[in-house]
Amino acid sequence: MNAASRFFLYAVLALAALYALAPLWVMLATSFKSLDEIREGSLIAAPQAPTIAAWSKAWSGACTGVRCEGLKPFFINSLLMTIPAVLISTIIGALNGYALTHWKFRGSELLFTALLLGCFIPFQVVLLPMARTLGALGFVDSIFGLIFVHVVYGLAFTTLFFRNYYVGVPGELIKAARVDGAGFFTIFWRILMPISGPIFMVCVIWQFTQIWNDFLFGVVFAGSDSQPVTVALNNLVRTSTGVKEYNVDMAAAIIAALPTLLVYIVAGKYFVRGLTAGAVKG
Amino acid sequence: MTVHSADRWVPKLVLSPTLLASLIFVYGFILITVALSFTESRLLPNWEWAGVDRYADLFDNDRFWVSAKNLAIFGSLFIVISMAVGLFLAILLDQKIRGEGFLRAIYLYPMALSFIVTGTAWKWMLNPGLGLERIVQQWGFTDFTFDWLVNPDKAIYTVVIAGVWQSAGFAMALFLAGLRGVDSEIIKAAQVDGANLPTIYRRIIIPSLRPVFFSVALILAHIAIKSFDLVMALTGGGPGTASDVPAIFMYQFSFSRGQLGVGAASAVMMLMTIMAVMVPLMYAEAKSGSAR
Repeated sequence: MNAASRFFLYAVLALAALYALAPLWVMLATSFKSLDEIREGSLIAAPQAPTIAAWSKAWSGACTGVRCEGLKPFFINSLLMTIPAVLISTIIGALNGYALTHWKFRGSELLFTALLLGCFIPFQVVLLPMARTLGALGFVDSIFGLIFVHVVYGLAFTTLFFRNYYVGVPGELIKAARVDGAGFFTIFWRILMPISGPIFMVCVIWQFTQIWNDFLFGVVFAGSDSQPVTVALNNLVRTSTGVKEYNVDMAAAIIAALPTLLVYIVAGKYFVRGLTAGAVKG
Repeated sequence: MTVHSADRWVPKLVLSPTLLASLIFVYGFILITVALSFTESRLLPNWEWAGVDRYADLFDNDRFWVSAKNLAIFGSLFIVISMAVGLFLAILLDQKIRGEGFLRAIYLYPMALSFIVTGTAWKWMLNPGLGLERIVQQWGFTDFTFDWLVNPDKAIYTVVIAGVWQSAGFAMALFLAGLRGVDSEIIKAAQVDGANLPTIYRRIIIPSLRPVFFSVALILAHIAIKSFDLVMALTGGGPGTASDVPAIFMYQFSFSRGQLGVGAASAVMMLMTIMAVMVPLMYAEAKSGSAR
């Protein structure tokens, strides 16, 4: 390749990068502007007189429907919902994957195939019965109900991740341990766990991103006090009392995006691996 | 060999909660939804048999057809453009680029965001008063208008714009992984034979990516059919119902309009659509996989 086409190549790639980054830049710039500056300036200009007023309003003062306490309570809801749901679904998925690969029994392959359907269905097809069930169980409008739903519908993915990872562990290793008298959990704890670091990272990050970013379950199953941050963000943007405060909207959007962005920046490698594994197999 | 007697039932015991959850909350609930779609249910479930009345209601409803048409427009454009951009970027990145990891990270970060965040950001940028329209006007093109967000005929295309922005990097990552898997010996042999780079890509590399094409199409189709949050945040299905998609139709009829039967029928239609897309694609993927 000659220098000219090489230059052209980099130019195209740089343009694409600018395009990918533009919305993030616009969000950041807008969130630090005053409303006057937004009205007079340009969408892409840097803030002339940066102010964090919009951020503090988005965090603790903006109206999300009837409540005007900002995103803070809902951000906490999201944490309370996401962390247990991720941990529980990951641990169950790990044990499932282990049992399905190294403790096969008659029908275990069929069981796995049947579980996989859970990765494909549009969740709309379970919303109505689930709403009634949560009501009957007394979980309606509670964070506990959301944790339950996210665990139930996350299991297909977490099982898939671990199953595909543990398939690569030689069966002789497990057989040898069994000959030595080790049982199901001992083998899992002593042999599988020490080599499972990467797949735990992949699975935790995938589940965290999915559950944190979920909107459908949140909007259908949460009450006004148990809403996750995505639902609150949508309400905040839709609640218009008088002047539309674009700077507050953008600060709120960044706040809602921050945890998953942070995870992406810190552990992007595993995020990509999860995406490709989930996509290629799922 | 010594086998713990417990080891015969422990694995089954470990799997049983998941099996039970799947049987009840996936298979059972699908059956209940299908059953609901054949009943007189309105605000509350009412198990009086209604035959296919709810489907007749659905097919008589203009709003349902608007949402189906929007899904067809959004789905096809979203899939085709995301794949084209993704493949293009993947091929460019495959040319021993300096800073490849950095660029890849930038292209892929939108995938870490919630569709609600993406929708909120693009809603602001596409805002006709203060957004992109005004920038271009400030650049001197004073007659420039860009009002797709509030134009009933164009609103669904704004969903395509935001959706592609979010997912093209993801297609890129999958294609790049596929490109890295292509046997470099074949490429070297073709180069020795005097084939130039575009020919090598067109004739050898891209055809060998067939399974990746299937995977990417599958996952993008899945995102498209389920799309709910992006549309909710970006247009809310508006103006009016102009950018409604089936997921929004289902949500509104089930949870705000008290038409459980019609909501269930639309959910069943969504499941059928996913099956209709997935089964042939998976079949083709399995076939192309076994042919290798």
